[in-house]
Amino acid sequence: MSDAVFVRNAPAPALSPPASLVGPLGWARANLFSSVASSATTLILAGLAPWFIPQLIAWATWKAIWSAPDGAACRTAQDGACWAFIGQKWEYLLYGSYPESEHWRVNLTGAFGAILIGWLLWTGAPRKALAAALFFFVYPFVAFLLLHGAPNMGPPPADSFIFGRLLAPLWAGLSNALAVMRPALPPVDTILWGGVFVSLLVTLVGIVVSLPLGVLLALGRRSTRPVVRALSVTYIEVVRGVPFITVLFMANNLLPLFVPDAYAPDRFLRPLVGTALFAAAYLAEEVRGGLQSLPKGQYEGSAALGLGYWQAMRLVALPQALALVIPGIVNNFIGLFKDTTLVAIVGMTDFLGAMDNAMKDTVWSGPTILVTGYVFAGIFYYVVCAAMSAYARGVEKRLATGRNR
Amino acid sequence: MSQSVGKKAGPAVEFVGVNKWYGRFHALRDINMSVARGERIVVCGPSGSGKSTLIRCVNKLEDHQQGAIRVDGVELTESPRSVEAIRRDVGMVFQNFNLFPHLTVLENCTLAPIWVRKKPKAEAEAKAMELLARVRIPEQAGKYPGQLSGGQQQRVAIARALCMEPSIMLFDEPTSALDPEMVREVLDTMVELARSGMTMMVVTHEMGFAREIADRVVFMDAGEIVEVNAPAPFFDAPQHERTKAFLSQILR
Repeated sequence: MSDAVFVRNAPAPALSPPASLVGPLGWARANLFSSVASSATTLILAGLAPWFIPQLIAWATWKAIWSAPDGAACRTAQDGACWAFIGQKWEYLLYGSYPESEHWRVNLTGAFGAILIGWLLWTGAPRKALAAALFFFVYPFVAFLLLHGAPNMGPPPADSFIFGRLLAPLWAGLSNALAVMRPALPPVDTILWGGVFVSLLVTLVGIVVSLPLGVLLALGRRSTRPVVRALSVTYIEVVRGVPFITVLFMANNLLPLFVPDAYAPDRFLRPLVGTALFAAAYLAEEVRGGLQSLPKGQYEGSAALGLGYWQAMRLVALPQALALVIPGIVNNFIGLFKDTTLVAIVGMTDFLGAMDNAMKDTVWSGPTILVTGYVFAGIFYYVVCAAMSAYARGVEKRLATGRNR
Repeated sequence: MSQSVGKKAGPAVEFVGVNKWYGRFHALRDINMSVARGERIVVCGPSGSGKSTLIRCVNKLEDHQQGAIRVDGVELTESPRSVEAIRRDVGMVFQNFNLFPHLTVLENCTLAPIWVRKKPKAEAEAKAMELLARVRIPEQAGKYPGQLSGGQQQRVAIARALCMEPSIMLFDEPTSALDPEMVREVLDTMVELARSGMTMMVVTHEMGFAREIADRVVFMDAGEIVEVNAPAPFFDAPQHERTKAFLSQILR
C-alpha cells in the first residue's frame, strides 16, 4: 500500500480561472444565460427592445412639444409628450397655491433642511450631535415660522393659571416678537400649501416623528412590564389592522372632537399626525425584528458589564438592530413617501393632487396631457425612491465592510 | 497586577440553601458553598448539571427562588440598583465571547468603564490598552471583533471584563466554542490571571487547567453539588460514584 503515503514536494501553482468564469463572457453566462428560462427571457427582451425603445425615446424627445403658451400645439401633436404643460404648471406643481411672492420662504426652508440632512447623512461630517440637535429641536420651529408665518397669538387665556398668570410675561414677549416679524412673514393659510413641497414635508415629518416613536414602541413591546407591553401591542396591532385611509379620516374627523375648539389642530396638522402615527406602528415591528434577531448573548454581555437597561439599548442593542433592519426601514420610508399621495383624500394638495388639479385646466386639456402628467409624476416618485434606496445600499455596504470580514 | 483583592473581610461569594427552578424543572438543589477571596474554584459536571446556572446566579443573569446568595457580603435582591452594583464588581467571560460586533476592540473595552464607571475617555483607553497588552493583543485594538480569531476574541472578552476592575471573575466554559489550536492561548491568559490573585469561578471541561490552578474543584450533577475537593485528591481519588463515572468518561 505505497499509495497511502503522499508528500507534496512543490506547492501547487495558482492558475488563472477559465475564460467562462471571468470577463464579459463570464458575466453574460452568469447574468443573461444562466438557465433555459433566463436565456429565453434574454432573447425575448432583446428581440422586443429595438421595437419599443426607439418609440419611447421618440415620444419623450423629438415628437414631444417642449414649449407652448397653451394646449393647442399639444392637441395636434398627439404622438409626443406635452412637456410644455409641465413647464407652464411647474410653479404650481412645486408650491401649490402658496403665494408667489412668498415662495422664497419655502425655498429657504428646503435649503435649511437639505443642509441639515446632508450634514447628518454625510459620513465623515464633524459635530453630528450639533446637527442632530439643530435638526430635531430648532429646525421644526424655524420651518413652522417660515412656512406658516408669524401667527397672531392673541391675549393669554384668562381662565388658565399657567398661561394666564405664571407665563403671562413670556406669552407677551413671544407675542410681541411675532408681531414684529409679521410684516416680513405674513401668515400663509395651510389651505394654500401644495405640490412637491407638501409631499416632501409630510414625508419628512412622518420620518422624523415615526422613527423615535417606532423605536420606543418596539422597546415597549419587548418590555418585561406587562402594562407597557400591553399598551405597545395594542397600539401596534390596532394601527396595523386599519387601512391608512381610515387613519387619515380618523385623524381628520376625530382629532378635533377630543380637544377643545380653541386648540383644535390645524386641518393640515391632522393628516400629518395621522401619517406619523401610522408609520410608527410599522416601523416598530421592523425595529422589533432587529432587536429579536440579536443573539441573547449581546444582552447578557451588556448586563454582565453593569450597563443599565437604557444604556444597553442605546449603546449595544439599538445600533446593531437598526443597522440590521435598514433595508426594512428604508422600505417603510419609501412606502410612507408614496402613501403621502393619499392625503389628497382629506383635502390636502400634495404633488399628485396638484398634478390632478393642473390637468383639469381647460386651457391645456388634450389627449396627451394625462399621459404626460402621470409619466412625469411617476418619474418624480421613482427618482426620490431610488435615491432613498441608493442611500440605504451605501449605508449597508459601509456597515458590512466595517464589521465583518 | 492592578486588580486589588477586596478590602472587606468574609467570603467573596456565598451560597446559602439556594434553590432554582425553570418552570417545574428543579435546576439547582440546596446549594451551600462559599468562595474565599483570592480562591480559584473550578466547577465541572456533565451537561445539564446546573454548573453554568450556578455561576450565572452570581451576577443575577439568572434568578434564584430560594436561599441567599451574597457577593462581597451584599445579598442579591430584586432591586435593580443592587444588581447593577454587583455586576460592576463581578466580571464575566462567556462561551460565545459576546463581544459587541459594532464596536472596535478598544471601544468594547472602554464602553462600560466610560458609561458605568463614568471614567474619562482617555483614562479608560489607557487602562484598556494596558489590559490588551496583558492579554497580548494590543495591536488589534483598532479592529472589529469579526476580524479576529476565536482565541483572540476570547482574550478581548477577558480584557473587557478586567477593564471594569472587578474583584471576582466568572468564566462560563470559556474554551468550549474555540477551535482546538486556540484553547491554549486562552488558558494561558486565565492561568496568568489566576496567579495574580484574582477570585475566580470557572466552569470548564479543561481538567489540566483545573489541576494546575484550582484551589478546589466542585463536581455537580443533576443540579446538586456532589463532591468538593482539592484537585489532586479529586482527580486521583474521587469519592462519589457519580464523580468516578464522570471522570472515567472524560479522562481517557
